Amino acid sequence: MNNSAIRNWLGYTTLALMVAALFMVFDYVPPEAEQGIAQLIFYFHVPLAWVAFASFGLVAIAGVFYLWLGDQLWDDLGYAAAETGMLFCTLMIVAGSIWAKPIWGTWWTWDSRLTTTFILWLMYGGYLMLRASADDTPQAARFAAVLGIVAVLDVPIVIASVRLWRTIHPAVLVTKQGGHGLEDPRMIATLLVCLAAFTLLWAWLLMLRFAQLRTRSRMGVLAVRIAFASAAVSDIK
Amino acid sequence: MEHLGYLFAAYSIIFAVIFLYVVFIWRRQAALDEELRTLEARLAALTEASATVPAQQPPSDA
Repeated sequence: MNNSAIRNWLGYTTLALMVAALFMVFDYVPPEAEQGIAQLIFYFHVPLAWVAFASFGLVAIAGVFYLWLGDQLWDDLGYAAAETGMLFCTLMIVAGSIWAKPIWGTWWTWDSRLTTTFILWLMYGGYLMLRASADDTPQAARFAAVLGIVAVLDVPIVIASVRLWRTIHPAVLVTKQGGHGLEDPRMIATLLVCLAAFTLLWAWLLMLRFAQLRTRSRMGVLAVRIAFASAAVSDIK
Repeated sequence: MEHLGYLFAAYSIIFAVIFLYVVFIWRRQAALDEELRTLEARLAALTEASATVPAQQPPSDA
């Protein structure tokens, strides 16, 4: 199966899983007793966080391999992962903010979880600004790789922030008591389906963007070959 | 059905943004593919030209 076939398969599977996830969220899972239907945002908020963190982890891994091997492929992978990670991180913050308004009475508060997440968002925003403003030089790629590796250190801090500091953000998956906040098995099933749907969506978008960046890199190589071929033809004439 | 508006807003924004991102990627990919085809055709033409030009030159006396 070639890359294009894998991308198509991923796209259709993601679509099917996303439809199943929506059905489970709106027709299958019971809403939490105190928060009501606003809590249903949770089933997309958590998977968005998961794929954002996975993306940022991949940026760091690609950065390490780029610094080690110097292969353009790793730089393209890191760039694609940073962009998809930012997309999901932004959506996670927006969804969380919309969820917070009816439950906390405010769109935003400088809580430890929210603040560390905002710092994460700023760092990867800086990564993308660096990529957008700098030329496609190996030096810019090296800077971006280092930034991607440093920025990922905030991910475990975001995850642990609800245990380390006083916070109003719920620790749903692993509470301070060591259990989890999902009492009904239907809640766990729905969350798992949503996690699977968003993981596939992330993989699909990542493959699309990565293929695009590879095409761009290939065009750079072609442009150099054309310049050499033009010079050769001019010399012959 | 209290807070239905918030729920609707959250899911709508998520899907709208993802949809726009997919459209952005697809349009960009289509433009890149077109540009790549042009470059490949240009390279092929140049390679052909560099191969045929010496054959058109008169043979040297040396």
